[in-house]
Amino acid sequence: MQSTNSLQIENKDENIIADSALDSYVVNPHIRVANLNLKIGDNHILKDINLNIPPKKITCIIGPSGCGKTTLLRSFNRMHDDSPNVKITGKIFVDDENIYDENIQVIAIRKKMGLLAQRPCPLPMSIYDNVIYGPKLHGAWQRRKLYENTKHYLTEVGLWEEVKDRLKTPANQLSIGQQQRLCLARGLAVEPEIILGDEATSALDPISTKKIEELFVTLKKDYTIILVTHTLRQAKRIADYIAFMYLGKLIEFGTTEQIFNHPQKQLTKDYISGYFS
Amino acid sequence: MKLLEEKIFKSLMLFSAFAIISILGFILFTIVSKGFASLSWDMVSKLPGGGFYLGKEGGILNAILGSFYIVIGAVLLALVLSIPVTMYINFYLPKRSFFADTVRFSFDILFGIPSIVYGAFGFAVMIYFGLKASLFGGIVVVGMLITPIIMRSLDEVARLVPKELSEASLSLGATKYEVIKVIIRQLLPGITTAVLLAIGRGIGDAATVLFTAGYTDNIPTSLSHPVATLPLAIFFQLGSPSEEVQNRAYAAALILTIIILVLSLSARYFSRKLSKNKI
Repeated sequence: MQSTNSLQIENKDENIIADSALDSYVVNPHIRVANLNLKIGDNHILKDINLNIPPKKITCIIGPSGCGKTTLLRSFNRMHDDSPNVKITGKIFVDDENIYDENIQVIAIRKKMGLLAQRPCPLPMSIYDNVIYGPKLHGAWQRRKLYENTKHYLTEVGLWEEVKDRLKTPANQLSIGQQQRLCLARGLAVEPEIILGDEATSALDPISTKKIEELFVTLKKDYTIILVTHTLRQAKRIADYIAFMYLGKLIEFGTTEQIFNHPQKQLTKDYISGYFS
Repeated sequence: MKLLEEKIFKSLMLFSAFAIISILGFILFTIVSKGFASLSWDMVSKLPGGGFYLGKEGGILNAILGSFYIVIGAVLLALVLSIPVTMYINFYLPKRSFFADTVRFSFDILFGIPSIVYGAFGFAVMIYFGLKASLFGGIVVVGMLITPIIMRSLDEVARLVPKELSEASLSLGATKYEVIKVIIRQLLPGITTAVLLAIGRGIGDAATVLFTAGYTDNIPTSLSHPVATLPLAIFFQLGSPSEEVQNRAYAAALILTIIILVLSLSARYFSRKLSKNKI
């Protein structure tokens, strides 16, 4: 515990400088986190997070285990709503709307974001039904349109050629890499603006990982992508921006080039160079 | 020395396995050898005739149908109770909830209560309300007997549902009710197995229906009529001094055993078939 305390940065002035520098990178943020605090019981998980997520870029959230990166990601689509003892203060603006406002429809928020979990989790139904599940929830019913959509999104994730002859087979028969791409297609089918990835490749083999990474890079022309990742190399490969978190605090935010080559904070430098992980 | 230990233990295991199989074999042998001769098409397709209990014409269609009426009603009743309870304590309440534990504990106790106690309880309640032994009474009491059975097996499978499943569904914009629908799809094989096992238990139980469902030679046409059941058909005929009637009791037991065998086999078949979509 002693060593972590000495690593922690408490210098307020430095934070302010970093914040103002940060704003210049992001003119029109897609997601703006303002003074976000999250507590589970007495555990202070997220501490005063201020963060601007640029639109149509890949932003990676990195940091050691338990630093709160997944918690932060899940607060973007209000996945903490049903967890007991979670207390959230502060604001998260998506398209200038505070998603923790009382008048906000949580379903409308979730429709804006597709979530890709750590392990692919297809629904217990056929491949086809998996893709049309979301659109059907939101009222789509025309068979022709549903089919066209399915074809479009499965093509987009590069799965169409592999599954077009067996759309009615159970989704659990796909390989795990295919399942993850199916989950991505399922998320895209509700026409979100944002893709959230929670260590979306950590359960996959290297080839599937590469496919998913390439997909993210192609998809960023249409979507804002936020990824939590454990692997620094992945962040280096695909991220445009990087947010580094440590013990519930956002330590540094900047372009990938900046974070990897000219980190402002000693803590970031130590993490990047593998001093701790 | 170690080798001897190993040998003793191994022969003990083998002995137990053979004991189980031979008990089943012995029961089947008894029922078949005594009952098979009396088994006829009339037995399963006709109501008891005038001299049936003296060993003359007729069959036990009343008891076969009666048993099915009761057990189908009881299963529906049990599902209506146990599915919402399971969903609530597993997917609405937090993981460590005092209320959920209380519910589980209550069901555990209900599970252990012998069926004759349910029968006696049902009987007492029916007397209090001035009700006669009837199909309705039988359905309710057998329903009480099998609700904890279904609920416990549902609870077991519901605990295995991955948290990611409801999260995946929620993140696509589903409401809690829509999430429950997805979870029920995942639980379908478990529900089927639970139901078929509960039918097997409910259809063969004599003590619950003894006072609450009564016995009749007719097929009931209303919920307030008394109804015959297979276990009681066995019970009454076995008590007869006539050997012919006693053998019919074994034939009835054979029919009941075949029904339960078919149910167990279809439980396996359906749960495998429904598992194909399960993740």
